Amino acid sequence: MNVVPRASQWDELIRPDRVHGSLYSDPAIFEAELQNIWYRTWVYVGHESEVPNANDYVVKSIGPQSVIMTRDEQGKVNLLLNRCSHRGNQVCSYDKGNARSFTCPFHSWTFANDGRLVGYAFPDGYEGQDKSKLALGRVARVQSYRGFVFGSFAAEGPTLEEHLGGAAETIDRLVRFSPEGEVEVTAGFLKHRVKANWKFILENECDGYHPAFVHSSIFGVADSAIGKLYGGASTAVTRDYGNGHTEIDLRPEFRKRDAPMSWFGTTEERLPDYTARMKAAHGDQKAREIMIDGTPHVMIFPNLFIAEIQMFVIQPLAVDDSVQHVTALQFKGAPDMNRRLRQQTMGSVGPAGLLLADDSEMYERCHRGVLARNPEWIFLGRGEKRERQDGLGFKIGHVTDEIPSRGIWRHYHSLMEAV
Amino acid sequence: MLSRESSATLISAVTAFIYKEARLQDEHAYEAWEALWTDDGVYWVPANGDDIDPEKEMSIIYDNRSRISLRIKQLLTGKRHTQTPQSRLRRLVSNIELLDQQPGGDISVASNSMVFESSLRDDTIWAARNEYRLRYVDGELKMAYKKVILVNNEKALFTLSFLI
Repeated sequence: MNVVPRASQWDELIRPDRVHGSLYSDPAIFEAELQNIWYRTWVYVGHESEVPNANDYVVKSIGPQSVIMTRDEQGKVNLLLNRCSHRGNQVCSYDKGNARSFTCPFHSWTFANDGRLVGYAFPDGYEGQDKSKLALGRVARVQSYRGFVFGSFAAEGPTLEEHLGGAAETIDRLVRFSPEGEVEVTAGFLKHRVKANWKFILENECDGYHPAFVHSSIFGVADSAIGKLYGGASTAVTRDYGNGHTEIDLRPEFRKRDAPMSWFGTTEERLPDYTARMKAAHGDQKAREIMIDGTPHVMIFPNLFIAEIQMFVIQPLAVDDSVQHVTALQFKGAPDMNRRLRQQTMGSVGPAGLLLADDSEMYERCHRGVLARNPEWIFLGRGEKRERQDGLGFKIGHVTDEIPSRGIWRHYHSLMEAV
Repeated sequence: MLSRESSATLISAVTAFIYKEARLQDEHAYEAWEALWTDDGVYWVPANGDDIDPEKEMSIIYDNRSRISLRIKQLLTGKRHTQTPQSRLRRLVSNIELLDQQPGGDISVASNSMVFESSLRDDTIWAARNEYRLRYVDGELKMAYKKVILVNNEKALFTLSFLI
């Protein structure tokens, strides 16, 4: 760890319009990121709908850490570390299930699904031992926002609402697409591994400069209207919410189209059941506005990417090894819409996705490229001279400008320097 | 049930078909491979298990005939970056078994395969159980259904952008 930059040295590596290539490739910096970001700030872990019933559990992660998300008998969501308090064996070997307790297969220590140690084999050898001191490890703070469960390993720090800041509104915007106001995560995850640093993924999610080139092969043959959203004449904007959260706001383009569901390449007529339910839930006028605007395209720092029709969770495993977990968004009370969401998502993402396989190719080539000795820097100056502010005071720019990357690095800098 | 002779004839025709499909895939003969499909073909690579419900859960590939065509069109642009340059591939196919054939109906066949892929990223080995439904159309065998059950489909997988 002695090679990790001291506070003042982060200034050298992170400049307003460029960052040093070693930030993506240096294993010591990756270790520092685990401590200063992944094991400290709020990180998205899972969704309440993945553990709908008492005693449901699902194994999730925070970076390389295996985290069991449980719903205990009282209905409370817990984030427990998958490590027996005795000799460190993993207590849970299945991806999901329903269990009141987890029994370690090594020496039969048994933990309730809220983490309490409830028993060990041959207890006479532990006379006088206080079981309450031998619970499963847990993520210190757990908080949900509209069903999205976040965890922070830091016992103290900003609240989740403070962390989300202005970006919370994008989640509000998302859940309105359910006639019942709830997102459901029920379609299972594709897990797509890349030999690349996690920040190449993070920065690409709201990079509006690349689609015209990386995805030209599919835009051309699929007769897609997506390409124009990211063209030079687009009125869509990039936005920096602060705290590392960034957005591509496509609403200006969709409002010009003035056609409900056009954002999803479809029409009200083709989703009659959904349209009726949305009008019943929101009223005709409001439903029409929602269905014109479309769902958000927002990257919640450091790992939750809501991409209109699907959501990604970024998991770093090592400096050059990352996993993108991705699933179709599903809206409660919207069966015909959900079917289309699954079909479109399956075609687009994951290891064989018509879009994401090409993004992932770029991540891996960037990772290999950045190992070259010079020019040393990643240049992020696009649109620096034409940044402006929206009505709420957030920085915005042209859809192809690198406002999101600059916003991510500004926040990264503050986190890495803080310890 | 088929007689012993007709069963032997059928398995040799089916084996020849599966070997040909493997070669077309290895050599990126995209249009020739697409021509192996019937008009109602379904190409399925499940994730997270062998028998998930593809209508409810995410699959790695779950292509109807028009999406198979789209996948091929994209590869043919030459700008599918993950296959530019193309992966170098060779696969071994074995354990070919006729599972079922009803008179006049589809032929159910299964095989195992192991694919060695060499790409810009690295060399990767893929292993799978393949389940087919084949059909004679105008005297030629065609694929109406191919399900590729990757042995490690529960794990995080590298990009799989060649034809598996």
